[in-house]
Amino acid sequence: MDLFVLAGKAYHSRLLVGTGRYRDMEQTKAVVEASGAEIVTVAIRRLNPAFIAGSGIGSNQTPPSGGDNKQSLQDIIDPSDYTYLPNSAGCYTAEEAVRTLRLAREMGNWTLVKLEVIGDKQTLYPDVGETLKAAEILIKEGFKVMAYTTDDLIVAKKLEKLGCAAVMPLASPIGSGLGILNPLNIRLIAENLSIPVLVDAGIGTASDACMAMELGCAGVLLNSALADAQDPVLMASAMKAAVIAGRQAYMAGRMAKRQTAVASSPQMAMIE
Amino acid sequence: MLIKVNGEHREFEAPLNVLALTEQLQLNPRQVAIERNCEIVPRSLYHEVMLDDGDAIEIVHFIGGG
Repeated sequence: MDLFVLAGKAYHSRLLVGTGRYRDMEQTKAVVEASGAEIVTVAIRRLNPAFIAGSGIGSNQTPPSGGDNKQSLQDIIDPSDYTYLPNSAGCYTAEEAVRTLRLAREMGNWTLVKLEVIGDKQTLYPDVGETLKAAEILIKEGFKVMAYTTDDLIVAKKLEKLGCAAVMPLASPIGSGLGILNPLNIRLIAENLSIPVLVDAGIGTASDACMAMELGCAGVLLNSALADAQDPVLMASAMKAAVIAGRQAYMAGRMAKRQTAVASSPQMAMIE
Repeated sequence: MLIKVNGEHREFEAPLNVLALTEQLQLNPRQVAIERNCEIVPRSLYHEVMLDDGDAIEIVHFIGGG
């Protein structure tokens, strides 16, 4: 049985999905179910003061999509059925990320977190210096850290050495759907680390997810590829199949590439 | 007393502990986390931690994200 072991727990699915930007809660649930994911990443945000009971303002406003305080994510995606992976998306310093993830731990008493410290608004590239700093603090506090980072082997190794539970290099910028821009780097990181390496960010379609797995990654985390697909539920099903196919191909060991043809059918006993 | 809740000043009657605050705001205590003046209030202490005039309270919850 090829299980995905992460922070001491075994999972069947190697596809992790984000829960952001779907049409509504119903679609979020349908996508997560179709993906077969057992781990879902979630964000931590302020409750909108306008929608807290007794508020002077906003009592006649309609809650924005996804911000409805009445129907919580936990009501739709039950934390007893799925492993919640709270993230620090949107944080620009180690301090903000640590503060956010401490709140997440208080909320659910879960220590597995996705650490993401952004360095730049336009590219959403990770700030690896702040990421390393935050990882060190969180690990000392007992968190199991899955660190989102650049596709840089040296940084990945430093994160492993700090004690991260997993390292998650980007395929390409968050939400870009450009796929794996540097397969060599992803392969190098996957080959040289002994903790799970997951591609996180930039996956656009099923072949990208499949390629990540063929390169030796332990898993794939994606969100926009589903949320921005014409049919998110069908794409979730495609991603599930792609991750399984890529993993099986990796385990099977691909044939060597040759510069010449080798016939598949016997070359003798031909009719004359 | 005046308490800032997620950036908005609101009037409450003293004495008030964090548990009573969640009740007044109709929050499910199991689905939120609360900071009082930048320090997390552990859920087990909601009934003990008293709020003071001028406190800044942050209430967060999980939402969809990637």
